[in-house]
Amino acid sequence: MDGWIYLGIFFLIVGIFPGAPILIAYFLSPRKPNKLKSQIYECGVETVGETHVKFKAQYYNYALAFLVFDVEVVFLFPWAVAYNQLTFFGVLEGVLFLLILFAALLNVWRKGALEWV
Amino acid sequence: MLFISDPVMFIANWLQSFLLGWGLPKELVVAILSFIGSSMIAVVMLCLVVALIIMERKLGGRFQGRFGPNRVGPYGLLQTIPDMIKIFTKEYITPQGADIIIYNLAPILITSAVLLIWAVVPYTSSVVGADVNVGVLYLIAVGSFGTLAILMAGWSSNNKYALMGAFRTVAQMISYEVPMVLVLLIPVIFTGSMGINDIVKAQTVWFILLSPLSALIFFIAAQAEVARAPFDLLEAESEIVAGFHIEYSGLKFGFFYVAEFLHSFTMSALVATLFLGGWQGPWVEAFPVLGFFYFSIKAFIVYFLVLWVRFSLPRVRIDQMMDFCWKALIPVSLTLVMVTAIVQKLLVGAGAALPIQVAVHLMVNIAITWITVQIMLAKQARKPRRKPVADIRPVAVGSPSTPSTKSV
Repeated sequence: MDGWIYLGIFFLIVGIFPGAPILIAYFLSPRKPNKLKSQIYECGVETVGETHVKFKAQYYNYALAFLVFDVEVVFLFPWAVAYNQLTFFGVLEGVLFLLILFAALLNVWRKGALEWV
Repeated sequence: MLFISDPVMFIANWLQSFLLGWGLPKELVVAILSFIGSSMIAVVMLCLVVALIIMERKLGGRFQGRFGPNRVGPYGLLQTIPDMIKIFTKEYITPQGADIIIYNLAPILITSAVLLIWAVVPYTSSVVGADVNVGVLYLIAVGSFGTLAILMAGWSSNNKYALMGAFRTVAQMISYEVPMVLVLLIPVIFTGSMGINDIVKAQTVWFILLSPLSALIFFIAAQAEVARAPFDLLEAESEIVAGFHIEYSGLKFGFFYVAEFLHSFTMSALVATLFLGGWQGPWVEAFPVLGFFYFSIKAFIVYFLVLWVRFSLPRVRIDQMMDFCWKALIPVSLTLVMVTAIVQKLLVGAGAALPIQVAVHLMVNIAITWITVQIMLAKQARKPRRKPVADIRPVAVGSPSTPSTKSV
């Protein structure tokens, strides 16, 4: 319980400590905005069109594959914690789970979702 | 408990009994002590960045055959302080069309994401921030906050280069998180607990000896997570200017760098904790305060390795980086987890002594590494070579072999 109180207070503290210098510097630093200065910086060329364009669907493939893997791996942590109490059969079941994950990876690989095009 | 053997806990216990003596409720006393402890960690870590920056610049100079900063203070050791004062007094320039709230929140969030990791790292056997029983899961959860902050910064800046940098970063970080989380299973399997302090206590033999391959994979993935060279694609200057923090200025820009330096030191500290035995060392039972010393020595050695890799290797291309993660690291780490789980169970079932266990695990790791390298080399050999574009190479006009016709 003490640990969780500590974590809760830590979450507040880590927000304050980086935030305070930024706020202090805001009051100390000069403020002379003008139209040219606040333009978007793209190597001296004026920006063309909208910024938030549709860009490369390949990132989406990787994100989907990541989602599967991360969720499955989090399921494996309870198995790893209980490892010492498990029988050999229990360990084999965890390995079977990992093998299914491996087969999924090979399938994704064969489908060409891991090619950077 | 003596002051000389464990000063931090001595002071904490004294303060606790002092406050309880005032008649304060126990929860409030815990809260006050937690407040003091967490403030101290945050301040020490933010001050440590000054040392890390000067260390990186001086060592970077040495690795690349130049001096590094050598003007301010002895050997240029005070160079960071004028730099900090300068960046403190710079104007904040907000770009047109920026999403103000997200734009201002990103530098704070990226620094807090790194600081949050230090809440569960054990410094000595007794000085642990929060000894929670789900420490490893907490590390995974908090570790992905930084990715979110980078995406926030890139998206809200209203700049195409920043957005591209953010895309690349998110793709890189989520990819390398998979092998990292997979090899984190191995210390948990050996320990049977997810608490970080339990993992350190279980390392009578360091886990780097039991499973060197998993330590290597964790190190590589950590290098990619903190986006250090050879994986620093998010700030590839020649392609996308500076990546996600182009539009930041002043101290907001500074905090992105604070977070980067602190993150790579944090990852080194995690490697030291999970694989190099953390605070373990000689005489640590009698004098727990020695744990601080051992822990920081190990963390700085790993940090030195990080810098060495950073200044020695060139940057990889993005398709090479993603291929290396998905087609090399993830299959290897999946195999490693499977094989380690079976081998450890068989060894414990056979009642093997600790040296035999270490030897067998070492052999298994070397075998997996060797097979992986052979498969990768075979794949490389099967790849078709690129043909030269032309047989005769074009010669530039005015090259030294053809004297210039223009007279001065």
